[in-house]
Amino acid sequence: MTASALAELVDERSILVCCGPGGVGKTTTAAALALEGARRGRRSVVVTIDPARRLADALGLASLSDTPSLVEGDWPGELWALMLDTESTFDALVAKYAPGPEQAEAILNNRFYRNISGALSGTQEYMAMEKLHELHDEDRFDLVVVDTPPTRNALDFVDAPRRLTRLLDNRIFRLLMLPTRASIKAVNVAAQAFLRTVARVVGAEVVQDAVRFFQAFEGMEDGFRDRAQRVLRLLSDPGTAFVLVAAPRPDVVAEAEFFADKLGDAEIPVAALVVNRMHPRYGREWSGTAGERARTLAGTPLGPLYENLAELHQLADGEEEHVVDLVARLGPAPAVRVPVLPSDVHDLDGLAAVAAHLSGSSDDEPVAVG
Amino acid sequence: MDPRGFCRQSRLVIVAGKGGVGKTTVSAALARMAARTGLSALVVEVEGKSGLAAAFSAPDLEYDEQVLSPVSDDGMGEVRARTITPDEALVEYLEDHGLRRLSRRLVRTGAVDVVATSTPGIKDILVLGKVKQLERAGAADLIVLDAPAAGHAVRFLMSAQGLLDAVTVGPIRDQAADVLEMLTDPTRCQVVLVTLPEETPVNEVVETAYTLEDKVGLNLGPVVVNGLYPVLDGLDVDPEAAAEALGVSLRPGEAEALRAAAAFRARRQELQAAQVARLAQSLALPQLHLPALFDVEIGLAQVDRLADALAAGVEGLVAVQ
Repeated sequence: MTASALAELVDERSILVCCGPGGVGKTTTAAALALEGARRGRRSVVVTIDPARRLADALGLASLSDTPSLVEGDWPGELWALMLDTESTFDALVAKYAPGPEQAEAILNNRFYRNISGALSGTQEYMAMEKLHELHDEDRFDLVVVDTPPTRNALDFVDAPRRLTRLLDNRIFRLLMLPTRASIKAVNVAAQAFLRTVARVVGAEVVQDAVRFFQAFEGMEDGFRDRAQRVLRLLSDPGTAFVLVAAPRPDVVAEAEFFADKLGDAEIPVAALVVNRMHPRYGREWSGTAGERARTLAGTPLGPLYENLAELHQLADGEEEHVVDLVARLGPAPAVRVPVLPSDVHDLDGLAAVAAHLSGSSDDEPVAVG
Repeated sequence: MDPRGFCRQSRLVIVAGKGGVGKTTVSAALARMAARTGLSALVVEVEGKSGLAAAFSAPDLEYDEQVLSPVSDDGMGEVRARTITPDEALVEYLEDHGLRRLSRRLVRTGAVDVVATSTPGIKDILVLGKVKQLERAGAADLIVLDAPAAGHAVRFLMSAQGLLDAVTVGPIRDQAADVLEMLTDPTRCQVVLVTLPEETPVNEVVETAYTLEDKVGLNLGPVVVNGLYPVLDGLDVDPEAAAEALGVSLRPGEAEALRAAAAFRARRQELQAAQVARLAQSLALPQLHLPALFDVEIGLAQVDRLADALAAGVEGLVAVQ
């Protein structure tokens, strides 16, 4: 019953953001949700972040680039996929807001600028949101599904636009850009002294790069700030749903709870919870007796069979125990438990199997837990 | 090789691997293994909350060290732990260099972001610089660094090389040079990679191993394969026939459950064996195998079971050098 609630999100929302700790299958979940969209007649696109090679393979694509590629398949809707390229997305933004090609060129060639995408924490997250905004604005897609980078800081993708504008608004560097009028000369001298000290630690050339960057960036802050505001508004739009992806391990659940809390602080509700990799529970009614039989029948041919059943029960019980509080905490949001798959997803059939579990249309009963 | 000898090969062991492979548990087990041979161990966390403290029923880790398990009368060494986050390391570095006022101003004005952006890797190098200081000072017989998750680990460990290329003079360059010297000296530092017996984690660990060895010149110790299901034999027995032969009565549906569970386990065992073999083929490093824990909570008892398994694996290693 709860699984069909996720199908409802796929049917009704225009943006799904898959977030959660690293190593829980976010990328596969995002791709499966987009596929489910296509199967339900929507024109959907999935934005993945640094996927393992096998996702492109699974989608039948030679490679993923930063422009959408059409995935061929037998479904009423459309499925497109692209891989986020943080640098080129950022470059496009710069080109868009620079007053002229020369200024854009000056920025794009600056070493400090080139460092922003690699070194400023949250830039990748921000560009994922930026890409989402761009795709949402195009009329080609009904559903945009975005995967988010594995991050310890749950809010990087909400904080990132603010972080970048804070960097761009930096007072010290703004002061350096002001024309040297007498009235502000004193401040400027102080700023210069400060930079000299910084230069003593990290070297003069890197400071010089930074100063040149801020000079070239002059006048573009407002455009960037407005854009960041629009991206943030889109995240809290009713058409956008956050899907928290987790796995039934204590460390992951703790991180997921932290995530959920942070999203709550930002007044972003979690619309659904997906718990991947749940172990199957065979014959729930024998949970209590399998262990006992494993002991009494040890040494007989039935011993290993009961020992295995008891261990799998213990595993499934433990996993459920980890997950149950998270499910309760997220309250009205539906929770979908996806069984551990025998192997990684290698093709569209594998992805379709995940999609079926997510949407509740899987008839693969023995492994459905919960 | 005996576990004490293994722990004495280098003072610093860096535990690295992709998110979710159990790096923190392996770090804890390594520290306990060292402690049981009478050595003192210090676990360093770089990413804040990790669950390490919880496994020892201790409060959350902080920049100041805390004892996770004390010295005991029967010869157990102490296990301590602490965090080193980039911001803390930066402030300490600047204060050590007589730049206390600068550090306050950097943080207050947000210029710390500008500095970090102008010098990629500076935060990583400050964390590693602090680790190097602990290593030089002999803060413990064994220092276990629980590295950031895979992609980040590579960037983290490559920061020294990157900075040497980018910064030509100054104290940060010296710091990077010192860190690189430590990282590439097999008598001071080795890297233990952790993975799971599954396709993607195996691919990633192979790639990480080559990158770290070729690009940074790090010395790789054994690879830890975590989460292996203990192999059960006799899973292909037919439950109904076996029950009849034994005169045991099965309840309705029980045979199906036993059969389905056995099929699941057999498939899992087969897949993990294939991945372990593939790892051995792709990476010429000895493997240490750790069992999957079916327990609900990870506590000291579970960490010690893994420490036992690690020690057993280490006993089987042949000493090189």
